[in-house]
Amino acid sequence: MSEEILAPMPGNIWQILVKPGQEVKEDDELLVLEAMKMENPIFSPIDGVVKEINVKEKDAVDVDQLLMTIE
Amino acid sequence: MDFSLFLKVFQSTGFMSITFGNVIMWIIAFTFIYLAITKNYEPLLLVPIGFGIFVVNLPLVNVMEEGVGLLWVFYHFTIDKWDLLPPIIFMGIGALTDFGPVLANPKTLLLGAAAQFGVYIAFFIALMLGFNLQEAASIGIIGGADGPTTIFLTAQLAPHLLGATALAAYSYMAMVPIIQPPIMNLMTTQAERKIKMKQSRPVGKLERICFPLVATGVICLLIPESAPLMAMLMLGNLFKECGVVERLSKTASNELINIVTIFLGLCVGAAMPASLFLRPQSLFIFCLGLVAFAFSTVGGLALAKIFNLFLKEKINPLIGSAGVSAVPMAARVSQVVASKNDKRNFILMHAMGPNVAGVIGTVSAAGLFLTLLK
Repeated sequence: MSEEILAPMPGNIWQILVKPGQEVKEDDELLVLEAMKMENPIFSPIDGVVKEINVKEKDAVDVDQLLMTIE
Repeated sequence: MDFSLFLKVFQSTGFMSITFGNVIMWIIAFTFIYLAITKNYEPLLLVPIGFGIFVVNLPLVNVMEEGVGLLWVFYHFTIDKWDLLPPIIFMGIGALTDFGPVLANPKTLLLGAAAQFGVYIAFFIALMLGFNLQEAASIGIIGGADGPTTIFLTAQLAPHLLGATALAAYSYMAMVPIIQPPIMNLMTTQAERKIKMKQSRPVGKLERICFPLVATGVICLLIPESAPLMAMLMLGNLFKECGVVERLSKTASNELINIVTIFLGLCVGAAMPASLFLRPQSLFIFCLGLVAFAFSTVGGLALAKIFNLFLKEKINPLIGSAGVSAVPMAARVSQVVASKNDKRNFILMHAMGPNVAGVIGTVSAAGLFLTLLK
């Protein structure tokens, strides 16, 4: 089972807090999305392992853009 | 040795003329500068305002002397006589504003309108307290949480209150994160605060270009007195959205707005000599400004809750409080309160809809006051 982490709003990737292959638990902070000069932390919805990170810091992202995959 | 010359020189200095009122105003000035620098409270305005208050309250200094004073000249021509600075600032604000969230969800325009509720509540309370119609309107507009509109209206209707109303407006804008959350928590249930909203539809370029033109036409025809602010706001927005005048858009949203902000702040500060500001009415203005602001928050939240009685797809009522025009601060506050209840709830962009609609709402309210009371 894998979960796609999508951008909940347009913004910029401020900080990526995990690496591919890293184990994460539900509610762990995965990354910080900056929008309207506000930092918005994105939390993991499940326990799992970070399979792939599709963005890097300072990237501009659109709403629903794929950020990473957890499996 | 003849010391009388030295005595004469010393007596000509301002030191001999310092009054208690001057000292009080210096404390106010330094407080604002301190809050701006250490707490980051609206520093772009409070630093020049604080400095303007300090300088104008130095005794024997002629910066506000009619006809000759440096700050008098700025104030007279850019605010008092022609009320230039607020419309120019609005052009910059338009070039910085994304009306996409409003276009994606047009009912947020009504939330922006509802968040002007406090303007009218404070207007009537001010009348009951003995202020005249023009003064009451200048006090009421503080509830819109829009500094330039407050200055624009007060300069025309009640210029003797400019210092107090502008300071109140900017102070409450800075305190949005403190004033709004208790009201938001009181007026909503946890279940309501957890409501997740669907993504808004994407907004096309043609819509974004047409909006400033249509909005200018409709609102200026309905309320002609709102034209200076509305037209400049929408001109700035057209610069941003048309995509072919990037130099103009960049200038309006950076250099121009920064230059005008410097002079606006100085002039607002210079409008606050102790003789004008240290009166009981200033305290009333600050208290009424808070009432206006609180009721504006209530108005936006209340209408959002009323919408939910009829909507199949509920809206998170927390976006209603973002209808006060403190952009994007009020929208950020909506997001903070929502994420405290559910850290996976992202309503920031939804809240931007009423937030930017609120700017239009406050300008319209000011235009209405000018139509009826000028």
